[in-house]
Amino acid sequence: MVKLNGVAIQGYGGYVPRYRIKAEEIGRLWGREKQELPIEEKAIAGLDEDSVTMAVEAARIAIRRAGIDPKRIGAIHVGSESKPYAVKPTGTIVAEAIGAGQNILAADLEFACKAGTEAIQLITGLVESGRIEYGLAIGADTAQGRPGDALEYTAASGAAALLIGRLTDDAVASIEAWNSYVTDTPDFWRREGENYPSHAARFTGQPAYFKHILGSINELLNGDGYSIKDIDHFVFHQPNVKFPLAVAKALRLEREKVSAGLISGFLGNPYSATSLLGLVKVLDEARPGDLILLASFGSGAGSDAYILRVLDGIVEKRERAPKLKDFIERKIYIDYASYARFRGKLRLR
Amino acid sequence: MRVSRHWRNKLFRYRLVGWRCVSCGAFHYSKPLVCKRCGSREFREVELPKTGKLLAYTMVKIAPKDFKDKAPYLVGLVELDDGTKILGQLTDFTKEELKEGARVEAVLRKIREDGENGIIEYGFKFRPEIHHPP
Ligand SMILES: [Zn+2]
Repeated sequence: MVKLNGVAIQGYGGYVPRYRIKAEEIGRLWGREKQELPIEEKAIAGLDEDSVTMAVEAARIAIRRAGIDPKRIGAIHVGSESKPYAVKPTGTIVAEAIGAGQNILAADLEFACKAGTEAIQLITGLVESGRIEYGLAIGADTAQGRPGDALEYTAASGAAALLIGRLTDDAVASIEAWNSYVTDTPDFWRREGENYPSHAARFTGQPAYFKHILGSINELLNGDGYSIKDIDHFVFHQPNVKFPLAVAKALRLEREKVSAGLISGFLGNPYSATSLLGLVKVLDEARPGDLILLASFGSGAGSDAYILRVLDGIVEKRERAPKLKDFIERKIYIDYASYARFRGKLRLR
Repeated sequence: MRVSRHWRNKLFRYRLVGWRCVSCGAFHYSKPLVCKRCGSREFREVELPKTGKLLAYTMVKIAPKDFKDKAPYLVGLVELDDGTKILGQLTDFTKEELKEGARVEAVLRKIREDGENGIIEYGFKFRPEIHHPP
């Protein structure tokens, strides 16, 4: 466990596209019954959206909440496994779209579903060392599942951004501790040039998701200062509804300590954005003084875990911009045909 | 050359940043030598507000070649909160939300893609406003 000193979230933003497809509608094509489906529905980016546009939207919300001049941002790290360009950074487009300056660090990160929480580690280090005043950590994905594959029911779209700076009286939440836990695990991968990922089903549960999330949390709580019972909200990566609840059970948590951060049942799994969107939803609802434990998971495999303390500034700052609930509720249902067109599964040339 | 034109106008397309004539107030999205309305040569850089209201709209069903893969789509005339009127595509509208006077906000979207190996042009579109701060 590494303790951080004087670093805080100054603004945060979550973005979920408007379109939803019901798991039942996908199951209709492949002969699956409702009770076999891992979630209720998932969020789908529109025809004119990608991980760049969603990252920009989340970042703009985070900046509105922080109320700072974007020219004071010194670094932008975007984590994604669905970059629109194989070669051409996402961070530079985000930087210009939000009106950041040009003497900044912009770099994209990749680590399956945990690329967004990795960005937090890099930004907090730059802020703590005094190299930058503010930095943006973003997770954004338009996740794709092969048609007919189990992942097609859950692979979703979304983005979340944290604007991180020095700890001040009006900050949203202080970032107090982190830990990372990684091993070489062949649970899920995508080779260069392939449209869809592959996965080794028997690796996805115990040796991948559970081992790494519990590994990073145990080490995080293994230092002095924090115990499970002090923590008010737990947010885990959510490839489905079952896995995060199984982690809660393994840690013997009360249901109300995990419920605020659960999003996969109605939004699906937008990969790099998933655990961050869970955090956004918790921040929308938390009270000053609450302790939050965030643990991501990325295949390949690893988990980043953080402890955050909600501060007084949240009360006023969260009202400055749309909450996640606003995006969750403004949904438009689409059928499989529109879904296929929106996600590029329908070739026009 | 399209890539260079897109790149030159990106401040306007990404953030609605342009030039306002100091003497008559006309808005120009790229800096002209002389104001097309009054002939003045003095301009000041401005970032337009991102919210406004929809004045008029139309649906494009038969799209020009470059936009064929996005058709049908909506185009609207928007009056921004500072009174500037601009034309832009609309996105994420339901039939019920589509009416004159509707509150809208500018968001970044993909405008045009130059095939599967070309550049992706990003720019503003207007969607129904989600959050109107008190
Ligand atoms: Zn003029």
